[in-house]
Amino acid sequence: MIVNCVAHFVSPALLAVNASPLAHLRLLDMIVIAVYFGMVIWIGFYLKGRSKTSEEFFMAGREMTAWIAGLSFVSANLGSLELMGWAGSAYQYGILATHWYWIGAIPAMLFLGLVMMPFYYVSKTHSVPGYLFLRYGEHARVLAAFSFALEMILMSGVNMFAMAVVMKVVLGWSLTFSILVSAFAVTLYVALGGLRSAIFNEVLQFVLIWGGALLVPILGMIQAGGVSGLKSQIIKNMGTDSYFHMWRDMGSFSANPMGVHWTGIVFGLGFAISFGYWTTDFLVVQRVLAAHNLRAARMAPIIGSFFKMAVPFIVILPGLLGLVLLQNTDGSRRQLVPEDTVKACMPMSSDCAASLKKTSLTAEVQQDVLNQKDTPQSELHSYNEVLPLMMARYLGPGLLGLGITALIAGFMSGMAGNISAFSTVWTYDLYKPLINKKGSDSHYVVVGRISIVAGVIVSIGAGYLVQHAHGIMDYVQALFSIFIAPLLATILLGMFWKRATAPAGFLGLLLGIVFSVSLFVWVHLNPANLKYVALSEAAKPMAENVFRALWACLFTGIVIFLVSMVTKAKPVADLDGLCYSCTVLPKEEPVPFYKNVWLWAILAVCIFATLNILFW
Amino acid sequence: MHGSGIQIWFFIGVLLLIYGLLIFGYGIFELATGSYPIGVQLTSMHTPIWWGGLLTALGVLYCVKFRPGRA
Repeated sequence: MIVNCVAHFVSPALLAVNASPLAHLRLLDMIVIAVYFGMVIWIGFYLKGRSKTSEEFFMAGREMTAWIAGLSFVSANLGSLELMGWAGSAYQYGILATHWYWIGAIPAMLFLGLVMMPFYYVSKTHSVPGYLFLRYGEHARVLAAFSFALEMILMSGVNMFAMAVVMKVVLGWSLTFSILVSAFAVTLYVALGGLRSAIFNEVLQFVLIWGGALLVPILGMIQAGGVSGLKSQIIKNMGTDSYFHMWRDMGSFSANPMGVHWTGIVFGLGFAISFGYWTTDFLVVQRVLAAHNLRAARMAPIIGSFFKMAVPFIVILPGLLGLVLLQNTDGSRRQLVPEDTVKACMPMSSDCAASLKKTSLTAEVQQDVLNQKDTPQSELHSYNEVLPLMMARYLGPGLLGLGITALIAGFMSGMAGNISAFSTVWTYDLYKPLINKKGSDSHYVVVGRISIVAGVIVSIGAGYLVQHAHGIMDYVQALFSIFIAPLLATILLGMFWKRATAPAGFLGLLLGIVFSVSLFVWVHLNPANLKYVALSEAAKPMAENVFRALWACLFTGIVIFLVSMVTKAKPVADLDGLCYSCTVLPKEEPVPFYKNVWLWAILAVCIFATLNILFW
Repeated sequence: MHGSGIQIWFFIGVLLLIYGLLIFGYGIFELATGSYPIGVQLTSMHTPIWWGGLLTALGVLYCVKFRPGRA
């Protein structure tokens, strides 16, 4: 579950270069981890009897409450790679990283709940490709389903391998052990209990992440002397207060360390990427479709938005605290470095000195690193290790096990999310229409279960492939941001423009993907081309994803518009339940004011606006 | 989740209760023996005791409120 789409992902290939584990587990920690595995397998066996029909297996019987669907919705996005990656980004860029949690999520989540959910829910589709079938026909569905299924399998493999490497780095576990244990547990509980089991475990994971990670910022803030102490120490250490401002330095590409302009953040991240991910990616939308009625389905993303706004407290704050609290064994401030510097300084490497010169490390520290490079005392850590380092700093036996369990749970539920979404799309959008249209309900459940086992096996293969071809990892992760922007334009135009036609939907999606891939390849073949994509010579790689998504979304929209103008539209009567102006939405039962979705959405908007002003 | 059977909140309650008791128990052991893990900061705050206690309390609350068979 690679999420927030343009996250600074932990690169397992580079993480693997550290020699000694960051933390050592004791018996109590192992018991805590074992209890977690026992619990998820218990849940899988318990739910097996409640996943007999296809509706129960693939859609969790559509009987989740708004709270369960909402927590699962936000938890499906809260993977461990993301937690570690964004904590590392906070260490590197400061509070700017919070954009990916606030403007990069909240408006889209509210839009899904208030505007789009009724169409997904009223059409009774089983999947997002299923909606494309109803709106644009078979070709658009197959294209979307095939690209999504491929992406899910690859992502699952990448995540599995990434988890194994993180466990190796943090705990010293072997890669094969971690991969086999996690794959076995995930296969067991998802194949047994289907989507319901995946959702249960995502809610469980959400609680574990807060229970395991919340202590780090609490204890860190106490030790740093509160907000004022943290601010003053960061200004003293870093020589700037830009680490505490989200918008102030966004006026130009060169004024902020991310090298992103506010237009890229607002339109690229806040619209193209965020809306693409939160409103059209089936991995997250599937959780909301499992709600027991329309009101719950609308309320779920709104509930999720409150928790999403709180996540920076356990992700961004530890990164900032790491800037002032992490110490070397001699008591000096420990400075983390980019992953390629860690790699360059591994034993037997020759370009350590050159790589160190690109960092902010003092000359004295650089010399120390060079002196210790080929010795067991060498301790150079990357930005992305800030969260486990902070955990090891504050969490003793038992609590450390809980923190590590939170990371494992994040990985496993991410994999489970990939696999359960893959299974649904494979069965409903590929197997059923293309291979066997007349199977019985129980037949499709069997196909779903087999596809889960097969999907995990293929994922393991993909994981080992990544291990031997590290460059692939970046491309696989980029797939995610390449597909969603064209999909967003296709679905939005289909949902809000009745003139959009079936050939236009298919062609727009296809050409949009081709356009997005072309931009990606163009920049990666020659990084200097970034200045054309991001419209500035001062743009940095972080700007590439947001602007590429924006252009791909606009390009797709233009193609759909032009093709629609020369092709025949569907009759309005056929668009009932699919298009905004052709649908009479069902009236909802009157509810007390405190259960009104608009009330909670307005409250979420107020908190969102306040937070952005507070950290302007 | 609607319908009969064990709710997710009960599973969460069981997990929090087990974790709470384990961590609280270790905190008491730490306090009684005075042996604190090397390298861990702020041990004087006895974090395992209050955090373990909090998890235990939440676990008991969820186990009781969402116990199977409760109307």
